[in-house]
Amino acid sequence: MNLKPETLKRIDEVITHYPVKRSATLPLLHLIQEDAGYISEEAVEWVAKKLELEPINVLEVVTFYPMFKRKPIGRRHIKVCRTLSCALVGGYKTCETFEKEFHTHAGPGEVSPDGEVTVEFVECLASCGTAPVVLIDETLHEKVDCAKAKQLSDRIKAEAAARKS
Amino acid sequence: MSAPAQRRIIFQHIDEPGYTNDIACYLKHGGYEVLKKAVTRKPEELIDEVKKSGLRGRGGAGFPCGVKWGLVDRKSGKPIYLIVNADESEPGTFKDRYIMYQDPHQLIEGTMISCFANNVKQAYIYIRGEMAEGARILEKAIAEARAANFVGPNVLGTGYSCEIYVHRGAGAYICGEETGLIESLEGKRANPRIKPPYFPAVLGLYQCPTIVNNVETLCHVKYIVEHGGEAYTKVGTPNNTGTRIFCVSGHVQRPGYYEFEAGKITMGQLLYDVCGGPLPGRTFKAVIPGGSSAKVMKFGERYKGKRKIGADMVDYDWGVEDVPMDFDCLAMVGTMGGSGGVIVMDDTVNMVEALANINAFYSHESCGQCTPCREGSLWMKKITTRMVHGEARPEDAALLKSVADQIPGRTICAFGEACSWPTQSFIAKFGDEFKTYHETKKTVVEKTRELV
Repeated sequence: MNLKPETLKRIDEVITHYPVKRSATLPLLHLIQEDAGYISEEAVEWVAKKLELEPINVLEVVTFYPMFKRKPIGRRHIKVCRTLSCALVGGYKTCETFEKEFHTHAGPGEVSPDGEVTVEFVECLASCGTAPVVLIDETLHEKVDCAKAKQLSDRIKAEAAARKS
Repeated sequence: MSAPAQRRIIFQHIDEPGYTNDIACYLKHGGYEVLKKAVTRKPEELIDEVKKSGLRGRGGAGFPCGVKWGLVDRKSGKPIYLIVNADESEPGTFKDRYIMYQDPHQLIEGTMISCFANNVKQAYIYIRGEMAEGARILEKAIAEARAANFVGPNVLGTGYSCEIYVHRGAGAYICGEETGLIESLEGKRANPRIKPPYFPAVLGLYQCPTIVNNVETLCHVKYIVEHGGEAYTKVGTPNNTGTRIFCVSGHVQRPGYYEFEAGKITMGQLLYDVCGGPLPGRTFKAVIPGGSSAKVMKFGERYKGKRKIGADMVDYDWGVEDVPMDFDCLAMVGTMGGSGGVIVMDDTVNMVEALANINAFYSHESCGQCTPCREGSLWMKKITTRMVHGEARPEDAALLKSVADQIPGRTICAFGEACSWPTQSFIAKFGDEFKTYHETKKTVVEKTRELV
């Protein structure tokens, strides 16, 4: 495992938050995913060893929680809310816009052809009063109609272009 | 009658210009003064105030908070844990988000008061995984509070110590169920535990007595300790004390959050006066009053019966608009106040499609532990999705009902009820739409479908 020193430091710190090491499973998986982008087989075994568990104890957690990814995903993660309140005011159209803009289709393991984004149609993001909502990486965007989805897409594309040049 | 004015107790500073989420701003507004006083009182007194207040849990079930605290096993000699349920994920609900993002110290103060009252030495805030930013805000706020000696060892020089840590979930709705949450906090799949014997008050986190309270509930505790349990009962109505925050979404002119005294506002006042009524040219068709699992209400239907007001039994004859928005009245009309998430649907909505949307949610979120829930929620989703995108049959309504009827009461946790209530109520109230959907759908262009 090639984790950043900062990640390793935070891992050792977070384990101290719990009287039982196993409780640190989710925090460790979050920290590793933030660092490495996804949870590899090696990561599962590493966490198991770190917390004195069997690898299956960690794997069953990784496969249960939708946020943990077992393969690399796009550089940016666009989560569009699918659930009723957002759908009532155009959530499906918002998702379609992102799919078209990045020539991809929404799915947990899908990556756009340029590797730039993963668009996911997720369940309720708990901001129903400002629907439709979209979570891009860790930032919530509110009232994302098709026009705003286009703007956000343009911004992501511009940032990608700036990085490559 | 027009709507009463909002009574902002918990959301006093939400979206207030200039109000920031750091401790300096909180202290400037009188922050942590209640905690300072609370730690000079006897813990039992604080519990009594909460019992007297009649505070009911704001997470969805409306269980009396004082009773919950009273059930805690204090004789076992094991440590007592407190978990803040910040896994806000019932569709339609978005109140706790604002508290955590904009006023995190209010939650921390409420949590510390509750911990002191219950002799808790370790608390965890279980926040949903998608709120990564919220988790950082809370961690920063806890660090500030620790530096100011409101959290951590020897709080305010009293000799009492209590630590709070933030724990992030990872995208599973079932973690909002308290025993599922506990499993998740122990580092496992969030499969809810069977009660009995696993009542959190006795056998909770690490098999120790555990209190699980919703974010908003703990903020109410702070208000109650500040003003007294007796004074709190003067806010709201008997048995529905305090305020309620309504999260309104869907087809209204002004969706958003609104805080009112419990039971003092009707559904009609909330939707017409406060939220501006339906969108131009449309009419209200249905409303889900307490998060997406609550049974749907149909505009035009009447609710009749007798209810107790003071010592008298009084007849009531209500339309949807007349129903007071409190736990008891909503329960009387066959639904629930739940988490306060009010989802409004107007006449453009086809109820088969709306149910298909809801069913997809519950099917995705079933933990899979109990067969009736895992298979039932899946089949309800498959049937409604087929109706919309494939072939619809007149007998689907009966089929859906038969699947839904076989789930409740046969599962470990209340998810079984939660996933079947939408189907049961949609079929009961909009059954004709389901029976004739195979005809209706011929007139609908596939492209205009927006819900599934």
